[in-house]
Amino acid sequence: MEKASTIIFIVFAAAAVLSALNILLQRNPLYSALSLIVTLLSLSALYLTLHAEFIAVIQIVVYAGAIMVLFIFVIMLLNVPAVQPQIEKQKGLRYLAIPFAGILIAETFYVVLSIGKRTMPSVPVGTEAQAVGTTWSIGTSLFTDYLLPFEVTSVLILMAVVGAMVLARREGD
Amino acid sequence: MVPLSWYLAVSALLFTIGAVGVFIKRNAIAIFLCIELMLNAVNLTLVSLSGFFGDVGGQLFVFIVMTVAAAEAAVGLAIIISIFRNRESLNVDEVDTLKL
Repeated sequence: MEKASTIIFIVFAAAAVLSALNILLQRNPLYSALSLIVTLLSLSALYLTLHAEFIAVIQIVVYAGAIMVLFIFVIMLLNVPAVQPQIEKQKGLRYLAIPFAGILIAETFYVVLSIGKRTMPSVPVGTEAQAVGTTWSIGTSLFTDYLLPFEVTSVLILMAVVGAMVLARREGD
Repeated sequence: MVPLSWYLAVSALLFTIGAVGVFIKRNAIAIFLCIELMLNAVNLTLVSLSGFFGDVGGQLFVFIVMTVAAAEAAVGLAIIISIFRNRESLNVDEVDTLKL
């Protein structure tokens, strides 16, 4: 049982990292968007291993199903051509990047080693139907403890809708 | 069982790949995709910490982050569309003056 959960984690984590690398390697932005969709689906599987069922489903429905579809609409609407290889303006900066990357990787190793071997709680916290991560827990928390962020988010969405309509309309409409 | 540090390492790796993509890419939409990748890496950190400590606040935070990412994607794509209408190019190297 432990082996199965480790194998599932490794498979989906490798899928997420490899498709994220593919975003950088593709020249055509449509292929990058499709790679990002694969990353989102792998992350959704990782959320399921963390007992976060609501977030996993919302990730598929909202992120991969609405936001990425919007991206693909815009990419196809603008008919963006593939990128031509660019001439680098400042070649010396890439040698500055290597020590910074080394520092970041050292920090990551420090965090990973200091957390140690803390593993998942074997049962979800709380009762079966009201565990942390189910729709019940997120719904009750959203409408009682975190009501203010919820209302502010609705105002934010209204601003985004109005802003997108204003920015994208043609002159003279 | 999978330790917490593995989840955080995957999240750091995804965030680094997204950050490198924001610096390297010259297409505005590809830069935007790498920004979404960074947001997802942070989502993974929040959900993993929420699952390991039994606190639902992390997942609520992820819910709000997804909403904000959707709003930001809509407005950002509207800006990109209007830039494309004016300049016929999505290369950020060519969009470097405020004058048309």
